[in-house]
Amino acid sequence: MSQATLRVQKISGHAGSIPGQDTQREYTVCKFIDTTTCIGCKACEVACVEWNDLPFSETVFDNTYQTMPETRWNYWNLILFNEHEREDGSLLWLMRKNQCMHCAEPGCLAACPADGAIVQYTNGIVDFQQANCIGCGYCITGCPFDIPKMNPKTHRVFKCTLCTDRVSEGLEPACIKSCPTGCLHFGTKDDMKELAESRAKQLRDHSNFPNAGVYDPPGVGGTGVIYVLHDASNPEIYGGLPKNPHVPWSVKLWKGPLKWLGNVAMIGGLVGLFVHYLRYGPKAREEEDLAIKPGGGRT
Amino acid sequence: MTNGWIDIKNTDMMLIMGGNPAENHPCGFKWPVEAKRTRNAKLIVVDPRFTRTASVADLFCQIRAGSDIAFLGGLIHYAIENHRIAKDYLLNYTNAAFVIKEGFKLPEDGLYSGFDAETQTYDNTSWNYQEGGDLSGKPARAKGDPPPKENKAAAAGKPTPPPHLPENVAYDLTLQHPNCVFQLLRKQYSRYTPEMVERITGIPKAQFEKVADLFTSVRKDGDMKKVATIIYAVGWTQHTAGTQTIRTAAMLQLLLGNVGRSGGGVNALRGHSNIQGATDMAGIFEILPGYLKVPVPADTDFKTYLERITPKSSKPHIWDSWNYWSNTPKFAVSFMKAMYGDTATKQNDWAFHYLPKVDRNYSWTYIWDDMYRGNVKGLFAFGMNGVAIGPDSNKNIEALKKADWLVVGEIYPDETSEFWKSPGITQDEMKKIQTTVYRLPCAGFAEKDGAFVNSARWLQWKNAALPPPGDAKPDQEVLARIFLRVRELYQKEGGKFSDAILHATWSYTNPQNPALAEVAKEINGKALADLEDPVTKQQVKAGQQLPGYAWLKDDGTTACGNWLYSGSFTEAGNMMARRGTEDPSGLGIYPNWAFSWPANRRVLYNRASCDLDGKPWDPARKQVWWNEATQKWVGNDVPDFKADSKPKDHMGPFIMNPEGVGRLFVPIGTVADGPFPEHYEPIESPVENPLHPQQSNNPIVKKFKTDADKYGTPKDYNIVCTTYRLTEHYHYWTKNNPMNVQLVPEPFVEIPAELANEMGLRGGEKVKVTSARGDYVAKAMVTRRIKSMMIDGKKTYQIGVPFHWGYRGITEDEGKTAKTMANLLSPTVIDPNAWTPEFKGFLVKVEKSVGAEP
Repeated sequence: MSQATLRVQKISGHAGSIPGQDTQREYTVCKFIDTTTCIGCKACEVACVEWNDLPFSETVFDNTYQTMPETRWNYWNLILFNEHEREDGSLLWLMRKNQCMHCAEPGCLAACPADGAIVQYTNGIVDFQQANCIGCGYCITGCPFDIPKMNPKTHRVFKCTLCTDRVSEGLEPACIKSCPTGCLHFGTKDDMKELAESRAKQLRDHSNFPNAGVYDPPGVGGTGVIYVLHDASNPEIYGGLPKNPHVPWSVKLWKGPLKWLGNVAMIGGLVGLFVHYLRYGPKAREEEDLAIKPGGGRT
Repeated sequence: MTNGWIDIKNTDMMLIMGGNPAENHPCGFKWPVEAKRTRNAKLIVVDPRFTRTASVADLFCQIRAGSDIAFLGGLIHYAIENHRIAKDYLLNYTNAAFVIKEGFKLPEDGLYSGFDAETQTYDNTSWNYQEGGDLSGKPARAKGDPPPKENKAAAAGKPTPPPHLPENVAYDLTLQHPNCVFQLLRKQYSRYTPEMVERITGIPKAQFEKVADLFTSVRKDGDMKKVATIIYAVGWTQHTAGTQTIRTAAMLQLLLGNVGRSGGGVNALRGHSNIQGATDMAGIFEILPGYLKVPVPADTDFKTYLERITPKSSKPHIWDSWNYWSNTPKFAVSFMKAMYGDTATKQNDWAFHYLPKVDRNYSWTYIWDDMYRGNVKGLFAFGMNGVAIGPDSNKNIEALKKADWLVVGEIYPDETSEFWKSPGITQDEMKKIQTTVYRLPCAGFAEKDGAFVNSARWLQWKNAALPPPGDAKPDQEVLARIFLRVRELYQKEGGKFSDAILHATWSYTNPQNPALAEVAKEINGKALADLEDPVTKQQVKAGQQLPGYAWLKDDGTTACGNWLYSGSFTEAGNMMARRGTEDPSGLGIYPNWAFSWPANRRVLYNRASCDLDGKPWDPARKQVWWNEATQKWVGNDVPDFKADSKPKDHMGPFIMNPEGVGRLFVPIGTVADGPFPEHYEPIESPVENPLHPQQSNNPIVKKFKTDADKYGTPKDYNIVCTTYRLTEHYHYWTKNNPMNVQLVPEPFVEIPAELANEMGLRGGEKVKVTSARGDYVAKAMVTRRIKSMMIDGKKTYQIGVPFHWGYRGITEDEGKTAKTMANLLSPTVIDPNAWTPEFKGFLVKVEKSVGAEP
C-alpha cells in the first residue's frame, strides 16, 4: 500500500475542525471521458477489478453487451451500452463509462452521519473509509448518480476511489492507464475542462453532432469526472445520466435549514466534553492520523 | 498491412470493411481514433452489423454478408465516372495502359474466357498482355489476324507450355485502346451501378452514393495531397471470394493513388499475435518461408523449379522494372543451405530432392476431409482448437473418430483434445472411439521468449515472463524431442526416404530444446564464406550474421532460413529487441523500434508516395524522395526501391511485380478466378446473382463431396448468418478465465429486432439456429443494430453468432450453457486462391428453442 498521504478537506458526520481545509492550495484532479471515442472494450472495467483486487461476481446474459445492469460493491467501473435512434433514422450506440463522479459537493458525504466514513481530499477525490462506515446506506440515498453499493455481507459501502493510492503517487487511475483509444484522460480539472471543450467544439464543427458538449453538472458543484457527449442536451440517453443532478432535498434539508439541530447536538457534545474534562482531567490520547492513508479503509 | 498500425494516424479517410478493429483490435484502434482527433479524418464503416467500430464512424452502411465485391466494384465505377482518380499515378504506377490480348473476355455472363465446365477450371492463356510496343491511337487487332501461338501448340496436340508474360508489353499511354486495362476495367465495373449495388448489397442507392462521394473525395479535382486507407480483416478473407475482395480494394486504392503512401494502403489486420509470422514462415502447404513457392512433381530438378518460380520482367519497353523476385535463386539456394548445411551442394542440386513435391491441395479443410475419408491417420494440434475452428465442426469430430492418434499441445483441455466427449456422443459410442489421444501440456505465450510478428510486419522480440508450470514445455522443446527421436529411429532402422531427416541441420547448443534466439539467428542467415560488397567494399566474414537479404548468394556461400527476415538478427545483435522511441519525421515510423520486414521498411512500395520526379505528393508527409545532389533515393523510411534508379528511367514502384507497376489486371491466373474480381454469390445465398443468375456462384469453387458435406438452399434456410469474435474473449481460450467470463458469461445470437417481433421472440429467450450441417442453441440478443434488408427485391434478414464457446470452459463445465459450437453451422467450402473457408455469409433458419438444454 502506498505510504503517501492526501489531505482531507471535507469529512462526513464531523463536527470539529478539518485539518486540510484551507491549509493548502492543491489542484483538483479530474477524469475526462470522451464518450464519442469510447469503443466499449471494457479494458477500464478489467483494470479496475484487477488493480483494486475486487472479487469476481457472477453475471448473466441480459440482452446487452453491458457486463451487468449497474455498478456493484465489487464492480466500481461499468460501461453502460445504449442503442439510440436519431431523428434522421441513423443509430447511435452509446457507451458511457459509469463510476463515481467525485462531485465537488458530494451528496454521499453530505448525507453520511458517520464521522470520517466519507472524506473529500483537497484534490477533490471523494473517498469512502469503510473502517468508519456504519452501514446505514444514507450515502446511497444521497448520491444523485446511484453509484455507491453496499456489500450485503459486511454492510460496508464501496465505490470508485479514483485510485487514491495511485494518484497520491503521481500515477493516473488504473482505468485511464488501460484505455486503448485514449478516450480517457486524467489531469487537473482546468486542463480537462479545456480539453473537453475543444473536443466538443471539434465534434460540433467537423462531425454531425451540433449538440456536442461537456457534462459537468453545476447542481453538484461540478464533478471530478466530466464527459463529452454527442448530445449534451440529452444526457439521459446515456443510461440515465441525470440532466441536472443535485443532492436530494432530504439531505439538503438536513444539512441546511435543519443544521441547527445538529449544532445543538454538537454543543451538547462540547458541554459533555467539558464536564468530562472537569471530572477526569486531561488524558494522553493517541495521535490520531487525520491525514488518512489512501485506500486504507477498504480491507 | 502495406503500411502499419501507427501510420493510420496520418490518414484523411478510412474505410473499415470486413473488419471490426474496435472490438477485435482495440489497442490498434487508437490510431483511427487519433486520425479522427488530430486530422478530422473521416471514418466509414461497412459491415453486416452495427458494431462497436461503427459506433465511432462518421458513416455506417449495413451490407449483406458476402457482397463486398459489389460494393467495392461500385466504388471503382463511381471513381472512374466522376473523375475521382489519380491520373498520373494510374498511368505510370499501374498497368492501366497495358494492352490485353485479343480473345480475353469479360464475365458479362459470369465467366471469363477459357472456362472448362467439366474440370471447373480456367485456361488462362487469354488473360495476358499483348506483345508489342506503343499502340496509342491504334485500333484493336483485326479479326483476321492469327490467334496466339499457345493455342496453336494446343491444337497440334503438343503439351501446352505454361503461359508466360511477354517481355515487351503493348501499351497505350492515352488509355483509349479498347483492350487496354483501363478501358476493360471501366467496362467491367460499368455494370456495378448504384442501382446494382443496392440490389446486391442491400445498401440503398442514396446511401451508397453518399459513401462513394465521401470516400473518393480525397481525389476531388485530381488533387493528390489527401490520402485514404482501407482497413480489413477476416470479414473479407473468409468468403469464397475472399482473395478477390481484397484485390478489389487494392485496385480501388491504385485507382485513387493511395498505395505506398503514408496514411494510405491496403491494410490487413491480423487476428492473432503472430499470424503474420506464421504466414511468413510458411504456415500453409503451398509456400516455403519467405513466400517461395513449394516444389511440385513437375519440378524434376532445381533448375526447372527455379525457372518456374522466378519471374522475368514484363513491361512496356520505354519503362524499367526491377523485378525483385528475379533474385529468387539467391533466396532459394540460401534456404536450402539453411535447411541442409554442408549436405546441400551444387552437385546434388542443393539437396532439392529432399523437399517434398506437393501434388495437390493440402490446406486446412482438405486435411480434415482427408482424415474424414480415412487417409490421414494422425494429427498434431498445437496452438489451435481444430474441432472448434471448423468449418463444420461435426465433420471434424467425425474425422478425429476415424484417426488412429491425436496429439494436442495446449494450455487447457479443449474441444479438440476432448472431441470424444462432444455433446451427442453416447457412452456406448464413446467406447467405440479408438483414437489414441496424447495431451501435452505446453507453455503459454508469457512463458516463452521469441518474436511475434504483428500486422505491421514488425518482428518484436519478447522475453519469457515466468517459467512454464509443472510438466509444461515450450513448443520448440516438444518438437525438438520428437524430431530427435524420429531421427534416431531412422538411424537405427532406416526407412523409405531418410535423407531429408538425417541430413537436416540441427546445430543448436541444446538440441533437445533449441534456444529461440539461435533459431532466429539461423532464420536471419549467415555468411558461409568471406563476402565483399563490390560497391561499398563492406565485408562479411565467414560465420558472421548477414546484415540483410541483399547479401544473399545463389552459389552456396550464404545460408538463410527466410530471406524476408534477413536483417533481423545481425552481428549488431537482435534487431527485433530494439526499443528506440525516436520518431524524427513525426510520421510514426520509429525506425529503431523492433525490426520491420523487409529491410526494416515501414511502408511498402513507398516510391509511389512521390510523383514521377521523385517529389512527395504531399510535402507534409515526406516518406522518401529522390535526392538530386547525391543521385539517390533517401528518406525518413527505408526506400522500397532501387536506391540509384533515376526518376527519368521510369522504374516502376511495385518492384515485386515483374511489370514494376501495380496490377489492376492480374495476368495469367496468378489469381485463379479471374483477372478482375467479379461479384459471385456465397455458396449459400438467399438470391440468385443479379449480375448473371445463370452463373450465380464462383465457377471454380468446388464443394466437398463426402456425406458430411451438406449445403443449404434459401427454400429451407432463409436467413444470412455470419460469425465473429467479441472484444471480451479471445478465441476458445478465455472461456477458461473468470475475468473474461464475468464480462460476457454466455453465448448469444444477435437477432434483428424486426425479426424477433415477427417470431414473438424476446431478448434473453433461447433460439435454435440451424444450418444444413448442424444447429446451435443460445440466448437471443435482440437488437436494432441489425436491420432487415431488401436484396434484389427480397426482404432478407441477417443474424450474427459470436463463436467463443464450446463444451469445455467455466460456464460449460458448470452446465450453464448449451455446449454447442458456432462452427457446427459453417460450410466446408473454401476460397479458390487462399483456401479460406466461408465462415462469414451462409444460410440458416432461426426458431425459438424449446429444447431442454440449459
